[in-house]
This record gives sequence, C-alpha cells and structure tokens, in this order.
Amino acid sequence: MPETSTYAAAVRAALDLLLRHDDRVFLAGEDIGVYGGAFGVTDGLLASYGADRVRDTPISEDAIAGMAVGAAITGLRPIIEMQFSDFVVNAMDPIVNQAAKLHFMYGGKVEVPLVLRAPGGGGTGAAAQHSQSLEAWFAHVPGLKVALPSTVQDACDLLLAAAADPNPVIVLEHKLLYKTEGPFTLPASPNEVTEPLGRARVTRPGTDLTIVGYSIMAARALEAAELLAQQGIDAAVIDLRSVRPIDHDTVRASVTKTGRLLVTHEAPQSAGVGAEVITGVVESDALDYLLAPVERVCGLEVPMPYARELERSVIPQVDDVVAAAERLMKA
Amino acid sequence: MSDFQRDPRSTPEPVLTNMWRIRKFEEALEELFARGMLHGTMHLSIGQEATAEGACGALQPGDYITSTHRGHGHTIAHGGQPMLMMAELLMKDTGYCRGRGGSMHIADVASGNLGANGIVAGSMTIAAGAGLTQVMKQTGRIVTCFFGDGAANEGSFHEAVNLSAIWQLPVVWLCENNQYGMSMAQELSTAGGSVAARASAYGIEGVAVDGNDVFAVHDAVAAAAHQARSGGGPTIVECSTYRYRGHSKSDRNLYRTQHEIDEWRDERDPIARYEHRLETEGLLTVSDIDRYRRVAADDIRQAVQEALQQPDATTTDLAESAYA
Repeated sequence: MPETSTYAAAVRAALDLLLRHDDRVFLAGEDIGVYGGAFGVTDGLLASYGADRVRDTPISEDAIAGMAVGAAITGLRPIIEMQFSDFVVNAMDPIVNQAAKLHFMYGGKVEVPLVLRAPGGGGTGAAAQHSQSLEAWFAHVPGLKVALPSTVQDACDLLLAAAADPNPVIVLEHKLLYKTEGPFTLPASPNEVTEPLGRARVTRPGTDLTIVGYSIMAARALEAAELLAQQGIDAAVIDLRSVRPIDHDTVRASVTKTGRLLVTHEAPQSAGVGAEVITGVVESDALDYLLAPVERVCGLEVPMPYARELERSVIPQVDDVVAAAERLMKA
Repeated sequence: MSDFQRDPRSTPEPVLTNMWRIRKFEEALEELFARGMLHGTMHLSIGQEATAEGACGALQPGDYITSTHRGHGHTIAHGGQPMLMMAELLMKDTGYCRGRGGSMHIADVASGNLGANGIVAGSMTIAAGAGLTQVMKQTGRIVTCFFGDGAANEGSFHEAVNLSAIWQLPVVWLCENNQYGMSMAQELSTAGGSVAARASAYGIEGVAVDGNDVFAVHDAVAAAAHQARSGGGPTIVECSTYRYRGHSKSDRNLYRTQHEIDEWRDERDPIARYEHRLETEGLLTVSDIDRYRRVAADDIRQAVQEALQQPDATTTDLAESAYA
C-alpha cells in the first residue's frame, strides 16, 4: 500500500536499505554524521550504522571523491555526498580523470562502482556558488552516468539503481524538492528496483506537444501541463530522469505523436542537455513529424543572483513553460 | 617467515635482477621509440631503480601499490610481467590495458597494482581509499603510494595525507624525489625544502633516505609497512633520487647541466652502488652479478620479441568499452 514521504526521506530510505543489505556500502561526506547532512538527508544513519560506515570527512572534496575511487576499485561500494553540487568543482580530477576513465583506461579489468550524491539547483537564495545545475558537465564525460530524480519515488529508486550499477554514477538531487511530499512505496530490498538507469518516463500522456524536462523542471512541466489543459492544450510530459545516457527513443516516440517539442532545464541553455535532446530528435525520423520549430526554456546565461526576484527571473518557472507552449502551439 | 618479499641482503638475486630488468626495459623502450615503433611519449625511470625495487621488495604479496606517470619500474618491481607491459606499449590487444592505456596507465589490479596515473598526485586520494578498504575489510594488507616531488605541491597531497592521518590508514606515502617536477627544481618549487618534514604537520612520521641506496629504501619502507600493517598509521618516506633521461621525450635538458647528470650517473648510480656493495660485502660474486644482469637483459629481450608477436589492439568493442 503506497504511503507518502518527502523526497529527502526517500533518499534516506534508499541509503538505509543499502547500508542494511550490503556491508560493502558506506557513506562519506561533510557533516553527514551527527549533523545529519546540510539538508538532513542522512539524519539518523550514524546512530543506526556507526561512524565506520557513515563517515564524516574533513572539508576535502578532492579526497572524498578520490578516496571513493580507491575504495570502489578495491571492493567497497562507496556512496559519497558533496554538500552542494557546486563543491564538486574541487573534486573534478577524481571524478573526470579517475572514476570515469579507470575501467576503460585499464583495459576493462577494473570497475568503479561509486555513487556521488549532490544537491543542485537554485531557488534558495544561496547565490552563485551554491545554486548551480552542473549536470551537462558530467553528461559530457564518457564513463559517467548522471541521474536526476524529480519525484519522491525516484529519489529512492534512482539511487538504488545507481548503487546497483558497476559504473560511477552522479545523482543530482534538487534542493527545492527535498521537502516536497509524494506517494512512496519503500522497496523491501535494494534488488526490488530492477529498472536500470537511462530510462525516461512519460509522466503525462498528451497529443498536442511534448514537454521534456528533468529534476525540478520535470515537476514544473507537469504543473504547466495542467494549466495548458485548462486552455484545451493537451501536453505530454516526459521526465528524462537520466541525462547520461539519454533515452532518446521515448522522446522520439512522443514527438512522432505530437509534432511539437519543448525542452526545459534549469541549467543555462547554451551547450546544455536540452540541445542534446533536440538533436536526438532532429537526427532521427522523428524530424519529419515536427510541425514547428522546437522551444527551449532554460536558465538565463548568468551566474545565479541572490535577490529573490533576480533569482526567480534566472530560473525557468511554470509560467515560462506555459508561455513557451502557447508560442509553440501558435507556430 | 620474513615480513617482506625480497631483501637486498638475504635475497640479492631477485633484487639485483629486478633492478636490471627495470633499466633494460626502459632502454628497450628507447630503442623501440627511436625505431618509430611506439606512439606518444614516455617517462623513463632510468636512475631510479633502487626506489622502485627497494620499496616493492619490502611489501608482502597481496599488498597494493599506486603508481605515477613514471611508473614502469614500479610495475616491474611489484611483479608485473614485462611482456604484458611491452605489449601495451606496442599497442597490442593482449597488453595490460588492451592498448587503451599505454605507458601512463599500466595497471595490474589482480596483482595489487592499482595503476599508473597521468595526473600528478592523482593516485594519492585513490591510495587513501584503497587503504580504507583494507581497514574496513580487515585484510591486513597495506597500500604504498608512489608520488613525485612535484605531487607534494598539489592540493591532493594535503587532502590525502591529512585523511590518511586522521583515519590512521595503512598507507606508505613513498615520495620519489628525483629533484625536478618536469623542469622546476625541487628547491625552487617546495617551501621548506623537504617533503618528509611535512609529515610532522600531520602528526605522522616522515623519513628521508638516499633513494639510490636500495638498502636504505628497503629498510625505511619495511619499517613504514610494518607500522601501517600493525595499525600505526601512515608514514611519508622521501627517497632522494635522479632521472638520467629527460622528463619525457620532448625534454631538451635546458634546466640542468650535463655535469649534474654525469655526477649522479657516475658517482651515485643505484645499480652500480648495489653491485659494488654486493661484491665488497661478499654477498654475490662478480660472475653471479654478471649472470643476473644477463638474465634480466634476456628477460626483456624475450618480452619484446613475444610482445611483437601479439595481435594488435582492436576497435571491435571500443565503442562499448567506457562502461562496465
């Protein structure tokens, strides 16, 4: 019987399951122990599993990520947390040069099964160095996988899928989603989630246009679709869930039906994931079904500002998606 | 049972043979490079053989190492097969990395070699993590992390050594101070002048030894390994040594004098010094020494010949190879 949970509690439930069922799993990150994590995600896990498996680290992002690589290639299953995804910049060598490449570079003789969780996104007034959406950086690196849950259930399920994957996986959670509530069924064990990473989900069927988003913009796209329905516009919504790999087939199949495509993400537009989604359509037969130019609703090309109204104007809102959909329907 | 695999005093045969294998391997590469048979550059460790062999010989089977961009010697000293290394460098499918890694990325994880690394200090945090695995799984194994004098000025050095100290990880931080980070002299690049001295800032032990004296390296690493294995935490062992060749093949040696190179080679060569001591202390006869040198040369010659016969690296499954 489905219950409800918050997004943060669903992440915690996944971590709890993994720690309980696999003694190779351990957590490491800044203030994840007695403090419970900057967003409370790991609250209580220290008490349940002890300081050996819920490891507070110094403020050393390079060492956190590099240590995880070393632990992963010698038989453990580290799940590390970057307190804010922005701090991952200090850990790019172990992620990009090491974790992503060792399996390939060493001739396939080693696996790097690590999960890096990090809260991303803006809307909290934390300004330019605590609000970024960096998924496109990681999506550009062969060897990495990148997942972004938008729902409470996915906050748990995508993390379990990431932990089951033999490759390094970046899971970018969204700060504004942590306190959101939604239906949630706790899997009995980590093995219960069998869907591998890389599958998108049609979260709303529709016939007039296809809106593709992920993370918080998948949630806002659903809200926008409800508003559009009041105007008689029937929008399909696809939650990408993973930006490496990208499930192009699901997008193409929808565009083939609707003929109109709108892509939205909070990250800046240029060289973003949206461009890749659109390319996946235009380089396939689905191109022939397009009835109008595609639309992108993305973050403004500036660092995240502090003031509430400025911040709001940089991040795509529900109204922006609605307006773009209306333009698209008129085209 | 001894605490380590090889000892320059009691088992001089494999120690000397390994040092010669390293040198002959590097010399063979120079020849292959000159004949245009290699792709890209390489970083040769001629002159640094005592550090690689002295350190790896002081470990136990099953112990781990991490290596550097100048890593051929570490791999050979840790039990790597010269034929598989040579096959990798000759772009063969049967090489250690199937032709995907090359000189800077040779790894043999099955034997505990967690890999050479093309990023200066890139292996240091990895070594800390491998050390954590030994603690959490209570394996009794340790990790020896080779790094250069240049790596000591990377932020990763600080983060990794600090973590190893607060978590008391079983790691030996083995600094191969070959005097130059590419072209910059260590005395110009390194505040305080000593890498070993930095250990005190972390509350751990630091020792500086003559890295061209295989006895000194062996003794220092054996002690550090014993301490790490018995839960005493990490040690920095700084080995002062010298590379005779340039940083890589593009090096014109503009930052040092020929006189300096000659001095190290003619007066402090690690193999010549070891042979001299073996002979004067009666540990080996001259004819034994000659024989082991020939054995090593033959090993490498055979490795090259066998490697040349191997099938070339293949693109067949390349596109699917980034993921496990």
